Amino acid sequence: MKIDPIHQFNIEPFFTLGHIGNHTIAFTNSSLFMLIAVLLIALLMLASGRELIPGRLQSVAEISYEFVATTIRSTAGAEGMKFFPLIFSLFMFLCVSNLVGVIPYTFTIASHLIVTAALALLVFFTVLIYGVYKNGLKFFSIFVPHGVPIYILPLVMFIEILSFFLRPVSHSVRLFANMLAGHIALKVFAGFVAMLGFSLGALGWVGGVLPLALTIALYALELLVAFLQAYVFAILTCIYLNDAIHPGH
Amino acid sequence: MAESHGEAKGQKAGAHTEADGGHHGGAFPPFDSSNFASQLVSLAIAFVALYLIVSRIALPRVGGTIDARQDKIEGDLAEAQKLKDESDAALKAYESELANARSRAQAIGNETREKLNAASEAERKALEDKLAVKLADAEKQIATTRANAMSNVRGIAADAAGAIVQRLAGVTPDANVVGSAVDASLKG
Repeated sequence: MKIDPIHQFNIEPFFTLGHIGNHTIAFTNSSLFMLIAVLLIALLMLASGRELIPGRLQSVAEISYEFVATTIRSTAGAEGMKFFPLIFSLFMFLCVSNLVGVIPYTFTIASHLIVTAALALLVFFTVLIYGVYKNGLKFFSIFVPHGVPIYILPLVMFIEILSFFLRPVSHSVRLFANMLAGHIALKVFAGFVAMLGFSLGALGWVGGVLPLALTIALYALELLVAFLQAYVFAILTCIYLNDAIHPGH
Repeated sequence: MAESHGEAKGQKAGAHTEADGGHHGGAFPPFDSSNFASQLVSLAIAFVALYLIVSRIALPRVGGTIDARQDKIEGDLAEAQKLKDESDAALKAYESELANARSRAQAIGNETREKLNAASEAERKALEDKLAVKLADAEKQIATTRANAMSNVRGIAADAAGAIVQRLAGVTPDANVVGSAVDASLKG
């Protein structure tokens, strides 16, 4: 019995869709789970009722709506509601795909840096383009904090600019690393149970109780992390958009 | 971001997945650039589809339901407030009406009492007057009767005195003398 905690991240092409340049575009397991996430969200938001007194499914849909709306209003103000569909899509896409990914034998979309980086860059360019479009050159005043003595201002500006351009990196790596590390840890601990059982016999099965308990605890933690990282991604998006909407703070 | 030699690597990764369980060759899947293009394309398609569904249908729909509920709740609350105001006004009207009626009843009672008092007073006065008249008449009658009686007494006394004198003295006394003697003794 060999434990391969990396195997779960393999991209397996099901069929080829076409070619762009010399890249093969395939329909992969990642594509499948993206599609599943989109369908689940569509099902939740569209198939739930429109009753005055909501049922369970409708409550979940409405709580998601209110949750994201409240997050935007509290971090980016009422003007941030312009980006409600974007932030709602990001949050739900990540939350649903992460939660689906915790189920054994599924695939976690956000465990691939290219995906989180693409989403982080989408946010980054939205902030940059909207900020410049709305505020013109005044947008770049976010790099010049108020009340800083003139002699250290260049240094502070350098740090501010650097941190601004490093935002997509931290934004994407945080989500990617959390999902990746969590799933690897889960797989390793779960693998211990089987490994002990197969190599040490009855004693091993008894000894496997400890890693099994750890796996259960980690599983609960992973469920929390799956939601939390989606929320963190969404709230950081709100905070970055707040810079574009109110560059003067 | 995908490297140009992605094709070759992709084939290598594909071959590797079939023969998995042996030694783990190839790139670490999240950093395998041969998959980047596929993932980016499917992400773009999935996310754009999701964005369109969310922004065009899902959010207006759910938001509409929530707003409708909010409107309904506000409308019901306003309706309840209106009804409460109405009942308060009705209660106030009832109370003021009751107070009016009470004061009116009191006024009527007072008036009636005064009227009755006045009437009974008048009746009493009339009765008293009548009684006074009767009393005066009676007194007058008593006085007359008494005067009459008194005059009779004098006659009787004179006769009696005359008779006594005749019995004692055997002389019939002069009536005038007897009369003046009786008068004198009556005065005394």
